[in-house]
This record gives sequence, C-alpha cells and structure tokens, in this order.
Amino acid sequence: MRCSSQAGPWLGFWCGLSLGCAAPAATQGATERPEAPAIVLPEVAPSALRAPAVFDTIRDSGQRSQALFTELSRVLLHPRCVNCHVEGDSPAQGAHFEPHEPPVLRGPEDRGVVGMECESCHQDRNLELNRVPGAVGWKLPPRAMAWHDKTPSELCAQLKDPVRNGQRGLADIVEHSRRDPLVAWGWQPGFERPPAPGSQAEFAALVAAWVSSGAECPERDEAVPVNIGANHD
Amino acid sequence: MTDVVHDPIQLEVNGVARELRVDPEMPLLWALRDVLGLTGTKYGCGQAQCGACSVHLDGAVVRSCCIPVRRVEGRQVTTIEGLSEDGSHPLQKAWIELGVPQCGFCQAGQIMTAAALLRKHPSPSPEQVEQSLAGNLCRCGTYTRIRAAVQRAAELAKG
Repeated sequence: MRCSSQAGPWLGFWCGLSLGCAAPAATQGATERPEAPAIVLPEVAPSALRAPAVFDTIRDSGQRSQALFTELSRVLLHPRCVNCHVEGDSPAQGAHFEPHEPPVLRGPEDRGVVGMECESCHQDRNLELNRVPGAVGWKLPPRAMAWHDKTPSELCAQLKDPVRNGQRGLADIVEHSRRDPLVAWGWQPGFERPPAPGSQAEFAALVAAWVSSGAECPERDEAVPVNIGANHD
Repeated sequence: MTDVVHDPIQLEVNGVARELRVDPEMPLLWALRDVLGLTGTKYGCGQAQCGACSVHLDGAVVRSCCIPVRRVEGRQVTTIEGLSEDGSHPLQKAWIELGVPQCGFCQAGQIMTAAALLRKHPSPSPEQVEQSLAGNLCRCGTYTRIRAAVQRAAELAKG
C-alpha cells in the first residue's frame, strides 16, 4: 500500500495493515526488496464508511476480509457503541467516555438496579426536548460483549466467539447488524450526538462482505481512527 | 385556529381510573401536575438527571419528566399522593420521625424511589440504598438523613 503524507489522517491507518505498505520511493535504496503490489484505497471522511466494493482491489481474499473488518470496526469503536459496550458496572456518555449521569449501575440483568433501571429514563425513542437518548429495549450489553478499549483484532475474535457474541452465528451477526433497533440507534442518536460513521445499511453491507469473504480477523492491532465528533452522549 | 382533539388515553392513577386527552407526547409529569392536579410530583431538571419527578409505573420507578403519556396507556401510575391514604407508609413515618426534609422539593422523588427499593429489598444493605438513591439529588444535602430514614422505614415495616 502506498502511503502519502498528503493523504490525510484517514489513509494513515491502512499503512499499518498487512497490506503491503510501501515506503516512499525517495527513501528506497538499491538494496531494497521489490515493492509489493500497491493497494490504494480511496480516502474516506470521518463520518463515512468505505463501501465493500472498494475492497475488491485487494486480490488476496484473506487480506480483503481483514481490511473489511478493520473498516467496520470504526463503527464498533465509535462512542455511540462503546459507551454502552463496557466491561465495568456503569456505561459512559459523551465523546470521551465520560461517566454516565445520573450514576447508574449495570445491575444483575444489565438493566440497572431497582429505582435506577435503564428504562426509568430511556424511552422507546429519542427525546429531543429532554435530550435523553432512547430506543426499544434500552439496556447494557452483557459484560462479555465489552468493546471499549479493544483493538480490531480483539474485537474480531470476540465477534466470532458465540460465548461473547450472544450465541450468534455469522449469519445472525449480519442480520443483527442490519435490523436491531439498538444497533440502528447508533446512526440516529438524537440531540446533536455525532452518529457512527456511514449508515446502518452501509455498516451491515460491510459486515456481510466480511462474512462472505471468510470472516478473517486482522492479524495486527492497529489504532483505528474513530470520529468522535462533538461532546455529547 | 382549530383546537386539536386528542384520542383518550386511559390509565390508572393512585388506584383511580383516569382519562387523559392530551398530546400523547406530553411528559407524564405535566399530565399529573397540570391536568390531574397532582402537584406532589416535582419538576426538577426535565432531563432525567435529578429524580425529583420520580413516580411508579406498574411498580417500577420512572422519571415522569421523560416518559410520554402514550407509554402509560392502560398502566398503573402511583404518585406520592397515592403512596398511602393517610401518611402511614413506613417511609412517611420515618421521614417525619427523623425530620428528613429541609426545603422538601426533592423529597417526593426520594420517597418514591425508596419505596420501590423497600418493596424489592425489605431489608436493604447500605450499599443497596446508596445504589438505588444515587440518582436522586438533594440540593440541601439531606442525604445522611435520607439514608438513615430508609433504614428506619425498613425497621418500621417489620413491626
């Protein structure tokens, strides 16, 4: 993959993938090995996702699958997702994992404790005037589904593990990504909260493409830039 | 200007069947206070941050500033006015015994949250009291007396 310093921060993360990142020609001496085939992916805005077809330029199916997962992990690692996909007792809010206000606890069934249940406040849809986010079935994911602070390769292994993915097969994960109301909330978060990149349909298409390409996991842990946007939950 | 006619919403409030003809998105708080005249439930922040508006919906605590009346159709709402007929609920007795309130504004929400806690955990640990009441703010800082009164109410309920 050819990396350009002028390509902006969004191309940068591809350079760490096992896609054959080539050094600029000016730095290559006569003893360097032959350059690997360049994989050039188009830049993408922080708020957008690359479409699955973009990855068709990666001929190796394993590498293509890994790259697809790295792309979709930008959604999984977005604050709209990781604020509730936590391992601890309390969710977070905002763009920088701030403590949830009021101070709620997970409780025995991931729905809060008596008097402070999730649905004491969160309704079946967003409340714009009250600024309280909502969707049908608002609750915390189980601890086993914690995503916060995970790397793409860790996330990938977790998503393929039925013990840590809600006993879902790969086809179930595609369907869950496409239709689940809490997943959908990530792109309709209400009250000035920056949504996850792209759209739910684009995300689900990436998940489907990842599955159909073999559901390979990234081999290396690279930092994935996440568009966190403004400071709202 | 044409008045909007809303479909009736049936619910039970403090054991009495009521009918609301209001915008279905109206927060329950305002239906209780402005339509039904039950002003014991207070408006604090309007954003589910303070707990002053806490009431029971089918026995569970909800923040009435946030729940639209369309979601209470056919359900049972209990406000501070309905906790007991004569102020004889153990929490009300304990509140009086220990002189809990200062300004009193948050106390209805505090008591309604505590009532749900005691119904589920008749002998709550201090930790359980803290966890359940953590979202009910008191600007006067009566937290120490509130926590003590919840434990006292648990004793009174045992007789």
